Amino acid sequence: MALKSVPARPPESRTTVGRLWSSTVGKKAVMAVSGAVLLLYVVAHMVGNLKAFAGQESIDGYSAFLREFGQPILPHGGLLWIVRTALLVAVAAHMTAAIQLARRARRARPAGYERRPKVQGSYAARTMRWGGVIIALFVVYHLLDLTAGVLNPHGVQGEVHSNIVADFQRWYVVLAYTVAVVALGFHLRHGIYSGLRSLGVASAARAKAVKATALGVSVAITAGFLSVPFAVLFGIVR
Amino acid sequence: MSHYREGAPITDTRAPDGPLETRWERRRFDARLVNPANRRKLKVIVVGTGLAGGSAAATLGELGYQVTSFCYQDSPRRAHSIAAQGGINAAKNYRGDGDSVHRLFHDTVKGGDFRSRESNVHRLAEVSTQIIDQCVAQGVPFAREYGGLLDTRSFGGAQVSRTFYARGQTGQQLLLGAYQALARQIHAGTVRSHPRTEMLDLIVDGGRARGVVVRDLVTGEISSHLADAVVLATGGYGNVFHLSTNAKGCNTTAIWRAHKRGAYLANPCFTQIHPTCIPVSGDHQSKLTLMSESLRNDGRVWVPQQAGDPRAPGDIPEDERDYYLERLYPGFGNLVPRDIASRAAKAVCDAGRGVGPGGLGVYLDFADAITRLGRAAVEAKYGNLFEMYQRITDEDPYAVPMRIYPAVHYTMGGLWVDYDLRSTIPGLFVIGEANFSDHGANRLGASALMQGLADGYFVLPAVIGDYLADGPFGEVSAESVDEAEDSVRAVVAALLAVDGDRTAESFHRELGKLMWDLCGMERGDEGLRTALARIPELRSEFWRRVKVTGSGDRLNQELEKAGRVADFLELAELMCVDALHRTESCGGHFRVESQTAEGDARRDDDAFSYVAAWEHTPAGPVLHREDLVFETVKPTVRSYR
Amino acid sequence: MNYTLRVWRQDGPAAEGRLVDYEVDGITPDMSFLEALDLLNERLVLDGEEPVAFDHDCREGICGMCGLMIDGVAHGPQRATTTCQLHMRSFDPAHPVVVEPWRAHPFPVVRDLVVDRSALDRIVEAGGYISAPTGSAPEAHAVPVPKPDADEAFESAACIGCGACVAACPNGSASLFTAAKVTHLGLLPQGQPERTSRARDMAQAQDDLGFGGCTQTGECTAVCPKGIPLETISRMNRDVLGGLLRSR
Repeated sequence: MALKSVPARPPESRTTVGRLWSSTVGKKAVMAVSGAVLLLYVVAHMVGNLKAFAGQESIDGYSAFLREFGQPILPHGGLLWIVRTALLVAVAAHMTAAIQLARRARRARPAGYERRPKVQGSYAARTMRWGGVIIALFVVYHLLDLTAGVLNPHGVQGEVHSNIVADFQRWYVVLAYTVAVVALGFHLRHGIYSGLRSLGVASAARAKAVKATALGVSVAITAGFLSVPFAVLFGIVR
Repeated sequence: MSHYREGAPITDTRAPDGPLETRWERRRFDARLVNPANRRKLKVIVVGTGLAGGSAAATLGELGYQVTSFCYQDSPRRAHSIAAQGGINAAKNYRGDGDSVHRLFHDTVKGGDFRSRESNVHRLAEVSTQIIDQCVAQGVPFAREYGGLLDTRSFGGAQVSRTFYARGQTGQQLLLGAYQALARQIHAGTVRSHPRTEMLDLIVDGGRARGVVVRDLVTGEISSHLADAVVLATGGYGNVFHLSTNAKGCNTTAIWRAHKRGAYLANPCFTQIHPTCIPVSGDHQSKLTLMSESLRNDGRVWVPQQAGDPRAPGDIPEDERDYYLERLYPGFGNLVPRDIASRAAKAVCDAGRGVGPGGLGVYLDFADAITRLGRAAVEAKYGNLFEMYQRITDEDPYAVPMRIYPAVHYTMGGLWVDYDLRSTIPGLFVIGEANFSDHGANRLGASALMQGLADGYFVLPAVIGDYLADGPFGEVSAESVDEAEDSVRAVVAALLAVDGDRTAESFHRELGKLMWDLCGMERGDEGLRTALARIPELRSEFWRRVKVTGSGDRLNQELEKAGRVADFLELAELMCVDALHRTESCGGHFRVESQTAEGDARRDDDAFSYVAAWEHTPAGPVLHREDLVFETVKPTVRSYR
Repeated sequence: MNYTLRVWRQDGPAAEGRLVDYEVDGITPDMSFLEALDLLNERLVLDGEEPVAFDHDCREGICGMCGLMIDGVAHGPQRATTTCQLHMRSFDPAHPVVVEPWRAHPFPVVRDLVVDRSALDRIVEAGGYISAPTGSAPEAHAVPVPKPDADEAFESAACIGCGACVAACPNGSASLFTAAKVTHLGLLPQGQPERTSRARDMAQAQDDLGFGGCTQTGECTAVCPKGIPLETISRMNRDVLGGLLRSR
C-alpha cells in the first residue's frame, strides 16, 4: 500500500507555554492547572458561604473584610479584583482549551456508529462538556444575582445576608442553584480525577486514592454550597 | 514410475573448513566488506517482517543500505512470529547447569535427527547469546527473577534451563522489539515499508535476483521493485495442510515462485506436528490453536482402554484408562519429544480410542496435579492457558480433562541456502523459517525464534556484504521486468477468468485433508502414490472450477486466497515426491515402512544422510543431494524408551 | 442455528456505505465469530456476490489484525477478548448482530470492515523504540531490572495494536495505544535516556495524525483485549509534559 507519512507541522514554538499550547497533552495540562485555580476559588467561596450560618454580622463582616483586605497597600476591593482577574484568565484558558479539544475530538470521530449501546465510562465523564456549559451560564446569572444585585429582590451591595435570604425564599431560585451546583459536583468529580491524570500524578498505585479524593471533594463542595439555599428555604437561616 | 530425476550433487556450501568452533569467526573475517559510502548506493529488498525479516531489514538499514520492506499484513508488527508462545533458547549458561555453546549445538543436531549441517548449527548456537543481549537492550521485557536477573526455564524436555521467555508471549515481545527497531529505521529513512503488499514473483536478470513483482492488496496495482539483492523471510508453508497453527495468511507463494525461478527447495517433506493443540470441533474450523508444550510438565495424557467408550471422562475408573505415554515410554513419560507424542496420539485415535468429536482427541488431565500441588499452584502456572482453552471450548479444564490433538506447526524444509544464506539464485538470500537450514528433520522447542533472529540480526548482515561488494549490479533489462510482471498479470487474470462453482477455500480444505491423511504424521508408499495421483487432478479441477468474485483492481481477499491455494496445490506435490523418495523415517518424517518392532522411527544414515534439494524444471523435479558430514556429533539412534 | 448478521458494506474509501442484513443458517455455538463470517462469505461467493472484506490473520488473539465493532462494542460483548476469539455462543440468535468497521478519522475505511490503521505505525515510528543498534548491546545481565518493573512493563508491552481503543474512544484518541508503548519502555532502565523525548514525539505524531485528545472516559481500557490499564495514560502525560517543558 502507498506510503503515508505524518503531515508537515509548523515549526516548534520556542516558549514553554507555546509548546504546551500546541500539544493536546499540554492543552489538557493547561485545563488541569486552570481548573485547579478555579477549584481553589470554589473551595474558598464555599467556606465563606458557610458563614451565613453564623449570622448576619459574620457574613456581612466577611464580605467587608474581603473588600478592605490589604488596605492601604491595595485600593478598596483590590484583592477581589486581583482574584477576579486570575479567575478570568483561568476561565478563558479553561474554556478555550476545552472548546479546541472538543473540536479536535469531533474531527477525529466524524462518523458515529449505527448501533452504540450505553457507553462504559462514568456518567460524570460524559457530561463534562454540557456540565461546563451549564456552569458557565449559571455563573453569569449568579453574578447578576448576588454580585451585581440586578436580578436580586433585595439587591443591596454589602448586605450579603439580606440578599441571600431574599433570594432563596423562592423555591425556583433554589432549584436553579441546585441544578447548577449538582452539575458543578459532577464536573468536579471527573475534573479532579481527570486533571490529576492530565498532569500525570495518578499512578496505578494511587489510582484508588485519586478516585476517592475526586469523589470526596466534589461531594463536600456540593453539600457545602447547597446547605445555605436549603437552610434559607426551610427557615433555618433567616 | 519415478516422480523425479537425479541431478548433480551439491558440493560447495561455502562453509569454511577447519575447526568447527572458529568457522563463523573466520567466515566473518574473510567476507568482504562494503564501505559505508558504497552501502548507500546499494538496494536490498526484504520480503516479510517476522523475526527474521524485521530484524534483517532494521539491521541492514542501520548499516546504511537502501532497504525496501514488504509484508502482506496491514503492519509489519503482525507477522506470525508474534504467536510463538514458549520462549527462545540461548547458551548463556546463567544457571550454571552445564549449558554451553557446544551443548546447544549438540542438542540441536541430535534433536534434528542428524539431518542438519554441523557448521550452521554451531554458528546458531554461538550467535544465540548475542540475541539475548540485543533484545534486552531493545527493551524486550523478558521474565525476571526477584534479584532482577533474567529467568530461564527448561523447555521441551531439555536437560538444561536455557529458554528465555516473556510469559506465554515470547514471540510477540521479540517481534515487537524487531518491529520497533524497524520503525526506527523507517523514521530515519533507511527503510521504506510497504505493508498490505504481496510478493508474487521474483525478477531474475543476468543470472542474478534483481527484484520482485508485488501486488498492492488495497489498490490491486501490480508493480516491480528492483534492487541489488533480494531477501526472502516469508516463513513456512504449514498452511498447505489447511488446518495448522499458522496464521490464515501464511503462504508459500514467495518461496514457491522463487523456486520456479530457479531456487532449489530443500527437504519439503520435513514438517513438524505439535502434539498439544485444541482439537478440531467441526467442518467450519478455520485454524488450530496451540496450547503451550509446558502443559505436559504436569498434565497426564490418557484415553479410555475400551474403544468407543461413551462415558464421560470422570466416570471412567482409573483401571480402565490407558496412560499410553507413561506405559510406552516409562523413562520420559508425558515429556517425550513432539514427534513421538504426536504419533502416539494418532495411533490411539486410529485404534478408535480417541475422545471428543470425531474421536480425534486425547485427554490431558490435570486432576493429579491439582491434588498434588493444589488448584492455586496449577492456576499460577497455567492459568492463562486454561482460560484460553475454556474460552475456545467452553469447558472448564479444572473440572474436566482437556482434550488435545496434534496439529501442523512448523516446516523445517524450505528454500535451500548455503552457509552464507544464499539460495541457488545469486543475490537471493533466504532467512528464518523460509529456508531449510538449521533444524534438520525436527526442530527443538524454542529454537525457531532463535534461528529467525540469528539470521536477521547477525548472520545475514555479516555475510550479505560479501555478495554486495561486487555491486551495484547496473540496470535491469526491461525484458526481465516485463516478463515477470506479465506472468503475474496472467495468473491474476486467469484466476478471475475461471468463474467456476467452487470456492478457493473448498479446494484448500480438500487439499489440506489429503495432505494430512497421506503426508501428515505418518507417510506410506501407497498413500503417497495416491496423493501424487490425486493432487494433479485436484489442481486441474481448481483451474476449471474455482470461483473468484470481484476484480483485480482493488482489495479482493478471494483473489489473494485463490493465488495462495494455487501455489499450495503445486508445492503439495513436491512435498509428496520428497516424502516418497525418502524411504527412511527421521524426525518429523515418519515412513510406516521404516520403523522398529516397537513402532519407533528407523533412520537410514547410509542411504539418506543428505539434504534433498529439489530443482524445478518443466519436466518435473530434479533431485540434487548435499551430503551431510558429521565430524563432531556422531549419529546415534534417538531412543526414548 | 440461524442468525441475522447486519454488516456494514462499503465498496471503497470514497463510496457510501450501508448496513445490509444477511440471514446465515448453520451457525453452531462453537464457531468463532470470524468463522461465522467465513460461512457467510463462502455462500456469498457461490451466489456470485462479493464477500465481506474483513481483516484477520492469526485467529488466536495476538496479531491484532482483526477488530470489528460488534453491536456497538469494540471486539464484541466479551471482555478482554479479540474478535477472533469470540464465539457464537455469546450471541442470542433472536437479535440481529450489527457489525461495523472501526470508525475514526485517522482510520479511513478501505473496504467493508477493513480500515487503514497505519497511523498507529506512524506513532511508533515517531519514537516508540529504544535506540539500540544491532551488535552494540552490552551483556544482558549488565543491568538488572527489578521484577515488579519488568512485570509492569510487560503488562503494557502486551498491547497488540488492534486499535480497539481508538474505535471505542468518543474523542477518537490513540492515547491508550501510545501510552502502552511509552509505559513499557519508560519503566525499563534501558528506556530512560529517551524517556521524555520519546513520549513527546509520539504524542506529537498522534496530534499530527488527527487523533483526538484524552478525556479520561475509560472507554478504551474497557474494550482493550489485553486490559492495558488507564493509568498508563497518566504516566504518558507526565513524560510528555516533561518533554514539552524542555526545549529540543
